[in-house]
Amino acid sequence: MGKQLKKKRAPEEKAGALIAVVLLVAFYVFLFLLDNAIPTNSVTVMLIPVLKKSAIFALVCVSMNLLNGFTGLFSLGQAGFMLIGAYSFAIFSIPAGQHDAVYQYFNGGAIRFSIPEILSGVLGENAGAFWGSIICIIIAGLVAAVFAALIGIPVLRLKSDYLAIATLGFAEIIRAVFQWDGLGVVTNGSNLLRKYTNFHDIKIQIGGTIFQLDTLFPVLIATVCILIIVLLVNSSYGRAFKAIRDDEVAAEAMGINLFRHKMLSFVISSFFAGVGGALLAMFQTTVQAAPFRTSMTYEILLMVVIGGIGSISGSCIASFLYIAASEWWLRFLDSGGITVMGTHFDIPFFRDGFRKVVFSVVIMIIVLFFSRGIMGDKELSFAGMIRKIRRRKEAKGAAAAGKEGEAQ
Amino acid sequence: MSEFISANLPYLLAGVSVGGQYALIAIGYTMVYGILRLINFAHGDVFMVAGLVMVYATASLPIYVSVILVIVVTVLLGVLIEKVAYKPLRSAPRMSVMISAIGVSYLLQNCALYFTGGLPQNYPKIPFLSKVIQVGPASTKMVTVITPILTIVLVILLVLLIKKTKVGMAMRAVSKDFETSELMGIKINNVISMTFAIGCFLAAIGSLLYFSNYTSVIPTSGAMPGLKAFVAAVFGGIGSVPGAVIGAFIIGICENIIKGLGWTVFSDAFTFVLLIVVLLVKPTGIFGEKATDKV
Repeated sequence: MGKQLKKKRAPEEKAGALIAVVLLVAFYVFLFLLDNAIPTNSVTVMLIPVLKKSAIFALVCVSMNLLNGFTGLFSLGQAGFMLIGAYSFAIFSIPAGQHDAVYQYFNGGAIRFSIPEILSGVLGENAGAFWGSIICIIIAGLVAAVFAALIGIPVLRLKSDYLAIATLGFAEIIRAVFQWDGLGVVTNGSNLLRKYTNFHDIKIQIGGTIFQLDTLFPVLIATVCILIIVLLVNSSYGRAFKAIRDDEVAAEAMGINLFRHKMLSFVISSFFAGVGGALLAMFQTTVQAAPFRTSMTYEILLMVVIGGIGSISGSCIASFLYIAASEWWLRFLDSGGITVMGTHFDIPFFRDGFRKVVFSVVIMIIVLFFSRGIMGDKELSFAGMIRKIRRRKEAKGAAAAGKEGEAQ
Repeated sequence: MSEFISANLPYLLAGVSVGGQYALIAIGYTMVYGILRLINFAHGDVFMVAGLVMVYATASLPIYVSVILVIVVTVLLGVLIEKVAYKPLRSAPRMSVMISAIGVSYLLQNCALYFTGGLPQNYPKIPFLSKVIQVGPASTKMVTVITPILTIVLVILLVLLIKKTKVGMAMRAVSKDFETSELMGIKINNVISMTFAIGCFLAAIGSLLYFSNYTSVIPTSGAMPGLKAFVAAVFGGIGSVPGAVIGAFIIGICENIIKGLGWTVFSDAFTFVLLIVVLLVKPTGIFGEKATDKV
């Protein structure tokens, strides 16, 4: 019985999955080479930070999409959970010797150990930093998830825009609490946290040589997390989430426990937002509560919208385009003019900030006229592409056959 | 009690004054929400733009002409935003409109960043409002006393407008039932434009009063007052003008008392705690109508 019920996989799907895996591995290899073999030039200098940051934001966008796109909960608390993740990561990975310097106004702080350092003592320096930061990243996610569970109990009873404004409010409260001097021994008040493990500390030793994993590490973590979310979305839980999104009353009538599933979605989303926050902390090398304000959540939301609400691959593409456009491709708009074929043209309105104006106009155009975003609620699928190509071929073949028939 | 009041008089005065300013912004939120069911996230930024327009206008114009210019520009901006960003989405899901509002807010902040070059712009002193006066034992600016009075006068006028005039009746009809009122021959687009115009007019006046207490305007100046005013609107029962005003005064006073007690870090957080408590205990606010969900 069970075997008969199991859906047969079409050959296209197998081929599609194979292509996806091959491309992903090729991408990893490219990143590995970027970190170790390819010499720095004017392109890689821009490309590497863009890749790191867009991987981080892809993860955060997908986590927001899980909530907004798949469960239909319009939450605006993402920046708050990222803040919790970033702080948890930093607090547990500042080396013991640096505590006095970092927590200079709080007598060296309350937590006086560092997980990567402890592991380094057991596993050796490189493996210690690698596994230590992974453990810290997981802790960051868990702390964010615990906060989400506590916040979720009251908040998830609210609906649509009330939920949005309440989660936004919680994010602001979290920001205020982390800046409070009373918790300074842990959070360092409104001062910077620094000197913790960052991407540059992530190395592996193969044989006698040490390889850097600067760019590969965040991309690897982000893809693993996004894959987990994809699996979740395609599981029975994912179907329940979508049912809640489409019609709460009908979903409840079908026996879906609304509160439990909403809570699950909220907690999981916050877990990955926390992981994203931890990665962002590693990327920035310093953490402060102040930048995790509402505008950050808005930016993440806009990325999700550009990619298409309800499309995971859309979120990934959009976050790359967004970060690359704002930090790299549109830089020339801020530089006072353009250089075409060696001649420099001064354009007076190309000055600081013009890039962001152009960028927000583009976003408004997308929001108003292409509200489905790049992908709508579809996914980028190689199986689908193969099928399309095959169908087109068949159609061509049929048309050719038809013509031959007419000619005879 | 009297000891407490005399010790905290400066904070109470500041609270009443800030409350009045929040009230003027909150009315814009509550009226738009009442009619479009939209949290107009861009409203706080319209308020900020009003501040910037004042800065640029006074550079070349006399102050009273600038004041009029600020009001006209802000009203036009509000109506323009509605026409460009919200009107095309009238039949779209509510979430899309909200996202559009967030996009407008992002656009306004970035434009402000571009025009100011990221530098804080010094807000001009309006001589009448900045005059220092003595209230009991505390000395304060004229604006502190003017704000609550002006707010209350404007609110009374607004309530009269809503209750007694034809436009007001149309507004009430549209907020009750969008489609039916359209069928009854009400030109809803005009009513909506009118709502935005009134909201922005009050926000412009609010910005004149609010920024008189501060030295400068920055592109994010509008975000926090905007959110607080929204909380005030929710607290008072969204859709209700008197509710928004009372909510705004309560928030303004509490916030300043908290500052007076030395908890400045939490003065913003308090507003949101209040919001969450209100949403949990009485989601419809103090004066809100009970909403029923249709299946």
